Amino acid sequence: MDDDTRKKLWIGLPAIGAVAAAAAIGGSAALRNARRDRPHDSAPGWTTHSDRFGKYDVVGRAVTINRPRHELYAFWKDFQNLPTVMQNVTSIQPTGKDGRAVWTISAPGGRSVEVETEIVKDEADSLIAWRSVEGSDIDTEGRVEFEDAVGDRGTKVQLVIAYKAPGGEIGRLLAKAFLKEPKIQARHDLKRFKMLMETGEIATSAHSRTTGE
Amino acid sequence: MRAVAWHGTHDMRVDTVPDPEIINPKDAVIKVTSTAICGSDLHLYDGVIPGMMPGDIVGHEMMGEVVETGPESTLQKGQRVVVPFTISCGDCYFCRKTQYSACDNTNPADKQDMSEKLYGHAMSALFGYSHMTGGYSGGQAEYARIPFSNVGPIVIPDGLEDDQVLFLSDILPTGWMGAENAEIEEGDIVAVWGCGPVGLFAVQSARLMGAGRVIAIDHHPHRLELAKQQGAEVIDFRRTDVRDALMDMTGGIGPDAVIDAVGMEAHGFAVDNVLDSVKQTVGIGADRAAALKQAILSVRKGGRVSMPGVYGGMVDKFPLGAFMEKGLTLKTGQTHVQRYLKPLLEKIQEGEIDTTWLISHRLPLEQAPTGYENFRNNQNEWTKVVLKPGMSA
Repeated sequence: MDDDTRKKLWIGLPAIGAVAAAAAIGGSAALRNARRDRPHDSAPGWTTHSDRFGKYDVVGRAVTINRPRHELYAFWKDFQNLPTVMQNVTSIQPTGKDGRAVWTISAPGGRSVEVETEIVKDEADSLIAWRSVEGSDIDTEGRVEFEDAVGDRGTKVQLVIAYKAPGGEIGRLLAKAFLKEPKIQARHDLKRFKMLMETGEIATSAHSRTTGE
Repeated sequence: MRAVAWHGTHDMRVDTVPDPEIINPKDAVIKVTSTAICGSDLHLYDGVIPGMMPGDIVGHEMMGEVVETGPESTLQKGQRVVVPFTISCGDCYFCRKTQYSACDNTNPADKQDMSEKLYGHAMSALFGYSHMTGGYSGGQAEYARIPFSNVGPIVIPDGLEDDQVLFLSDILPTGWMGAENAEIEEGDIVAVWGCGPVGLFAVQSARLMGAGRVIAIDHHPHRLELAKQQGAEVIDFRRTDVRDALMDMTGGIGPDAVIDAVGMEAHGFAVDNVLDSVKQTVGIGADRAAALKQAILSVRKGGRVSMPGVYGGMVDKFPLGAFMEKGLTLKTGQTHVQRYLKPLLEKIQEGEIDTTWLISHRLPLEQAPTGYENFRNNQNEWTKVVLKPGMSA
């Protein structure tokens, strides 16, 4: 992802900090630039009417979870936990190389797609950011942030995922598997995460194990 | 097992379906001993609640004996429990504020989209009340799976019959919260639209909360008679102009608080109500709100409007001007049942509240379709139907 796209997003993705850093350092020119790129309201970048940033689609979602920050961070830090709440992710296996992991994502027709990611930022109890490595089938970046919520509400969790839809035949398959309804997927995944962390189980209206109805 | 399933408008059937099982750690399974048909089940019956699928097991007023428990359930086999119609997790922000019916975590993630789109926020889960509120199987069945059983069900002590406590599941706390939301002060005049079960319990509750006078409005003579027995004066809207009557009965002031216990399928003769009825029938979401409109025009200036009646969509021609200019307050919502279970059970035990007078019919489960038909079409005589799965057909 290029810096310009990150600037437009303003908040969320790993390198975005650069803009804030420039502003913090001072320098009127840098400030002006930062202001120009910065929206005039306090809303997260992904809530603009457009969900396209350059060649990227971006989805974001915030949820408040009534648990302490470190607990939520600890769950997320171990990527192998994530398939419990991420419906379309079959498994996430660490490859042993500095935070790299292979995500297996289920695709239509019993097929599956693999994406290898690396950790680009990791701040204890605060944030984890990852991106796909060079040569991956999907060009994607993700970031999850944890901050204390106001009052006694627990932790505000923000998830942002940016991705570039690939072209060609494989692209169409991937789009179906991974990118079809990313907004809905992210929403559902975060809700399941909240359920699991707050109640210890993920709600289901299934009536019987055998029929699943 | 046998269970009452929705198959379409005015089509409830008793089907043979798989028995429920423990699925999540906090689950329990109960053998249902009593389960009632609720006025809001008639909205399902009339096909005006979105998100129903043929075969859905209905019913949200139930009690029974615990027969199975998950590893995290706090219930024990053999206990008799009344189950709230609202499914609540007990752990989220809302449950901790005792706003149980606003629970974040009980409606499965993929079922929350519809209400999130329609209402701006996802609704919590309810038993047997469409896929918008979770798609959970209901209690009009021989057995029921009770998720989050450590939060909802209340254990019933020996010596109390089913009929004395069954209505803790919904209509008693709903009538009670309806009266509580009217913020009744000692000596207030309270008007209640609708003498269905919730309206009648709201009458009873308002009296217990210190209302000086309660005026109940309906058109079924027997239901008006029941309201009188609970200490209300009554108005038959078929023969009397309700607003005129209320104004004169209150010496030109209007009731201090009004309670709409009718909801989205209100009867009414006004042109807009007929139009709304047509829109509702063709499924474009217009709730018929004749009772609410009348209540808003009748309540005194600065008065309180409480709305336990169920609405699901939009209301046309809502008298917003009257609402603002008169400085009214509206309180409403699905009942936070868990909040009221213990205090109301105590009132039943102490003999302060009796609800058994409401029951007009006790039927075996197999006769549920008859129960639905009559509860809808013969409202004067069929005031409350309790299904008893153990009763032989």
